[in-house]
Amino acid sequence: MIEIIGLHKKFNNATVLDGLSLNIEKGQTCVIIGRSGCGKSVLLKHIVGLLKPDSGKVLVDRKEVGVLDEAELDSLRSKISMVFQGGALFDSMNVAENVGFSLIEYTRLGYKEIMNRVEESLSLVGLGGIGNLMPAELSGGMKKRVALARAICIRPEVILYDEPTTGIDPIAADSINSLIRSLHDKLKVTSIVVTHDMKSAYHIADKIAMMYKGRIVIEGSPREIRESHNPVVHQFINGLAKGPITEAVDTFK
Amino acid sequence: MMFTLFFVDLGRKVLSFLYFLGGLASLAGQTVYFTFRPPYKYGRIIEQGKKAGYDSFPLVSLISLFIGFIFALQTAYFMQRIGSEMYIASMVALSIVRELGPVITALVVAGRVGASNTAEIGSMQVTEQIDALETLAANPVKYLVVPRFVALGVMLPVLTLYANIIGILGSYLICVVKLGITSSMYMHVTFSALLYKDLFTGLFKSWIFGMLIALISCYEGFNVEGGAAGVGRATTRSVVFTFIMIIAADCVFTALFYFIFP
Repeated sequence: MIEIIGLHKKFNNATVLDGLSLNIEKGQTCVIIGRSGCGKSVLLKHIVGLLKPDSGKVLVDRKEVGVLDEAELDSLRSKISMVFQGGALFDSMNVAENVGFSLIEYTRLGYKEIMNRVEESLSLVGLGGIGNLMPAELSGGMKKRVALARAICIRPEVILYDEPTTGIDPIAADSINSLIRSLHDKLKVTSIVVTHDMKSAYHIADKIAMMYKGRIVIEGSPREIRESHNPVVHQFINGLAKGPITEAVDTFK
Repeated sequence: MMFTLFFVDLGRKVLSFLYFLGGLASLAGQTVYFTFRPPYKYGRIIEQGKKAGYDSFPLVSLISLFIGFIFALQTAYFMQRIGSEMYIASMVALSIVRELGPVITALVVAGRVGASNTAEIGSMQVTEQIDALETLAANPVKYLVVPRFVALGVMLPVLTLYANIIGILGSYLICVVKLGITSSMYMHVTFSALLYKDLFTGLFKSWIFGMLIALISCYEGFNVEGGAAGVGRATTRSVVFTFIMIIAADCVFTALFYFIFP
């Protein structure tokens, strides 16, 4: 479904992606782990066409994202939804308008039908009946769930999650994890989740891939990752202050 | 050493200004393209029109009235010395309609609406709302810039026309109440001095100023970097660049009209 081949990206001479390659099958939940600032979000933005690679390519359904024209990109984005780290809800709109944004703007569905879809999406994330609230009235966890409702409202084939459990309390984080898992089971969507929260990764992943120095250093099932003897992986998943990652951090430019 | 640093700094500023002009031209091209490309969303244009135009009427009224008062008094100072008070009306009318009305209204709107546009779009940029718009297949130029561009292009000439009337009214009050010029004489001198071309050139300039305010304020908003402090810096830069561009465009068009319609 999604093939990433030899992706390179630099920002101001700093290499962020250095020949990264990864395959994600249809219906799979792939969790990408790695330290903060290692380029996980940059990778997601390449998949949805927000950034163009310096070289290499991203194929979604065998179409190369980086060379699509505007109409093709819009068509691709009707199949891919992204849940941003802070929610990225539109401040000037209430929750219902946020969730139903794409339906209001780009479909000929009637108001009643759109509101039914919005309410259905909000109910799926456990927030039914809050359509009239403004984003400023929501807690961090609620914002993430509304962002998730906005993502699923267009019935996407792929959902990209950018650190869905960062900055929220452990109970809210666990409910988000369960939600991602149940959306995967109910809607059969392909999911790519970027996180550095290992508990979340083990809970939701079919496959885990670890990013380090702009590449994928390991990919496998949660069990394979947990049992890996790779020192980089071992340091990261066990949250150790000393190890190859912290020794090499200053040398990678 | 100081001398070299001065030229390095100057060179950087010139390059940065050229970069700004290039970015602005690119945004202007995209904006014009998306303005004429369906679907047309009138609701957002009306919303921006209300924000840029209707909500600016009180401030524009106040400032235009004061400008009318001040200009009448300053003109009277000299005209009384040469015994030509009756020409105050024609001088005020021409100055306001050709120059002061369009420029002062544009500066007021740039400060009020342009700054707000930059702050709003800049905040959307730092909170990834612009990226979210794109992932929801909404082009940010079409969604955010076009309504502001059309609304300011329409509303600034309307506000300018209104500011002209209020400015002349301010001058009328000073002349009739304080300087003893009769009401009918004031009106007669005003209307005989004004030609259609005076009104047209003033409104044409205000149309250009409106589009400049929209483009610069949105451009600066899109280019915000560095969180809340970045939004503050971009808002300041937006107002400063808009003021400079309004005065520069005014200079160009005034010279152009002087030679085209002498």
